[in-house]
Amino acid sequence: MTEFLAVTAAVDESFFTDRSGGGCIQENRLFCPDWVTDNYDRYLDPTLEHLILVGSAVAAGFLIAFALAVFAHRHRWLQTPFLAGTGILYTIPSISFFFLLLPLTGRGAMTAIIALTAFNLQIIFRNITTGLRNVPPDVTEAARGIGLTRSQVLRQVELPLALPEIIAGLRIATVSTVALATLAVFANGGGLGAEIVTGSNITFKTGIIVAGSIAVLMAILFDAVLLLARKALTPWQRAAP
Amino acid sequence: MNLPAASFGLFGEAFEFVFSGREAETGGVTVGGTSQVLDLAARQLEVTLLALAVAVLLALPAGLLLGHYGRGEFLAVSAGNAGRAIPELALIALMAAAVGVGMFNLVVALAILGIPPILTNTFVGIRQVDRSSVEAARGMGMTERKIITRVELPLAVPTIMGGVRTAAINIIATATIAPLAGILTLGDFIIARNVYGDAGVLAGAVLVALMALALEAALAGAQWAMTSRGMKLKRS
Repeated sequence: MTEFLAVTAAVDESFFTDRSGGGCIQENRLFCPDWVTDNYDRYLDPTLEHLILVGSAVAAGFLIAFALAVFAHRHRWLQTPFLAGTGILYTIPSISFFFLLLPLTGRGAMTAIIALTAFNLQIIFRNITTGLRNVPPDVTEAARGIGLTRSQVLRQVELPLALPEIIAGLRIATVSTVALATLAVFANGGGLGAEIVTGSNITFKTGIIVAGSIAVLMAILFDAVLLLARKALTPWQRAAP
Repeated sequence: MNLPAASFGLFGEAFEFVFSGREAETGGVTVGGTSQVLDLAARQLEVTLLALAVAVLLALPAGLLLGHYGRGEFLAVSAGNAGRAIPELALIALMAAAVGVGMFNLVVALAILGIPPILTNTFVGIRQVDRSSVEAARGMGMTERKIITRVELPLAVPTIMGGVRTAAINIIATATIAPLAGILTLGDFIIARNVYGDAGVLAGAVLVALMALALEAALAGAQWAMTSRGMKLKRS
């Protein structure tokens, strides 16, 4: 089997210093809780890096997709080419995208963020477009009728009504990005993937499970926060039976 | 390939890597070249199609039945949400470390990634079929089995294929890190940089991207071919 030294040259010698003194690690059982309580500090930095990767990629993806969607809302004929373009970016596997950027941005967190942003665009763009399209024409016509300008209609009527769809898109994008960002390690982008690959190289199961679980928990947490945000931002939906 | 590689920079070197091969970074042997590229590409496609087939065979019938009888909505929908949260890298790494490396384990791990979107989309697609169409079919004397295969399934093809395409993209992307599970795919060029160098890494990235786009285009074509003529008319 190939060794992936390029990615994880440094498995430091203190890695297996078993502060608990138990036999679980020596036997490499599936999961060693003691190791986690003794070494949780090992995961703080990777978790923070992971948060930054995901936060930057989703924020950048949202800003770009939002601009594209609003522009295509005014100029409907652009929706098809925008959808096709973002579709290509979505289809290219992130791990491949990292290295397509290699001649341009080299290795590092920035490369990973660009690739993850490119992945996000379609999910967010599609949901904003659908949300805007599903606003009933009666409502926008009534808004125009009482004298609102087109941009006022967009800001005060259409976008608020599209908010549930928009946040639904953000939830899908965020949860997927948390999982995908583990691959950033191959681009030297840091994050929880570094711990997974380290664990993989020395077939240390607990290490893989801990880093993977933090990623899953992070995804669940982001999802819950966005769900709460939607409930707070769309109070009128609560009145509906 | 007589083009001067230097004029294209790293892309030129990647081009050379694919078509004529280069000396390994570790020295001695020649790596890359069309025969190794085709070998690894074939392996990646094989792994992807196998895993996709397993995922479809398991998730499609389950989704059809759950959707037809309107049962297990929570299971079918939350499977899709939970599936997105699985970190592919952790899944492959854990499978290799805890269960073992090799083709069978890899295909199982990749199929696990493919099942949620197919299951969710099949369920949703079947539930979205107009109930009056189903009642009409039942009134005509169709059996439940025929209602599923002749009425619900054709009407749900676009949604189901949406799920299959999502699954296929996830699987082919994750098959790129299959070398972690001991199966050498095109991802080996990307991951084992110490052997192939940056030219190999870039070549691998380009090949994986092209392969994913080709698979997506093929499935889009398959969807078009499977959509009944009546539904195409309705859309235009």
